[in-house]
Amino acid sequence: MAEGSLITDELRKLIGVPSETIVFKVEEGAIQRYAQAIGDPNPLYNEPDSASKTKHGRLLAPPGFTGWPVKAERPAEKMFELLVKAGAPPRVLDGGVEFEFIEPIGAGDTLAATPRIAGITERETRLGKAMFTTIETAFVNREGNVAVKSRSTLIQF
Amino acid sequence: MTRQICYEDVEERTEITPLAKVATTRMLVQWAGASGDFNPLHYEDDFAKAMGVGAPIVHGALKRAWLGQLMTDWIGGEGQLKKLSCQYRGMDYPRKMKAREEPHDGETWWCKGSVTKKYEDDGEHLVECEIWVENGKGERTTPGSALVALPARSGK
Repeated sequence: MAEGSLITDELRKLIGVPSETIVFKVEEGAIQRYAQAIGDPNPLYNEPDSASKTKHGRLLAPPGFTGWPVKAERPAEKMFELLVKAGAPPRVLDGGVEFEFIEPIGAGDTLAATPRIAGITERETRLGKAMFTTIETAFVNREGNVAVKSRSTLIQF
Repeated sequence: MTRQICYEDVEERTEITPLAKVATTRMLVQWAGASGDFNPLHYEDDFAKAMGVGAPIVHGALKRAWLGQLMTDWIGGEGQLKKLSCQYRGMDYPRKMKAREEPHDGETWWCKGSVTKKYEDDGEHLVECEIWVENGKGERTTPGSALVALPARSGK
């Protein structure tokens, strides 16, 4: 461990190890409330009857929605607890996210997510020395296909 | 309903139809409930101060969701959003509410973007875009990128 580094040996051990798999259902009402919160009137997310007549056959989830609580962020929260336990700084900000959308997600789908810490770095920021953790999550549907991949960055300081 | 945009309609630097948003404290409450993110950073003054951001800030994920809408509105029903990424670089502060449904005057945020590259790959007509959310001062607080597939008029 480098002098003054935020990345402890305990933290280093977490890199690459998958955390427990979270399974959840994508509910119609949750999709609608999410679309309303964005202020997105797209009928594909808001109107089950018209959405069911499209090629998707069901109410579609807006990009980034993977169930409630929105699981792209939820695994990150679980990871955050794990990181703090391993000695990471307790103050956290969301640094950003990259999504890859492979198959559509819609009402009635079941998804399984297994987050994994892909890497940890540190650097000086406006808020002082901060640790950047990248969390990769694949969301697998009932057919066994990866529907969405996400890479989120947690900033801890 | 607007006409479906096609691969042939875009070139490098083609502008994505901008989308206006007004973040309010009310909207942040709604977003917390809809997303399941109940971090007090987004509604508790003292907590936000202790975090070093001054006052409650707009959820990064809400700004990301706005950028999602920017793209799906633009590409229409036949377009496919394949990738979306953004970084939460600058803090944004919501307008406070004056009445039940009415915010105080203040900032309007704009989601914007433009095409950076178009190419065909494995039969798909792909378009890369630079996208961002800018605040009332015109500062890009949330820069990002997107990759979409558009239908082609050539039908290939």
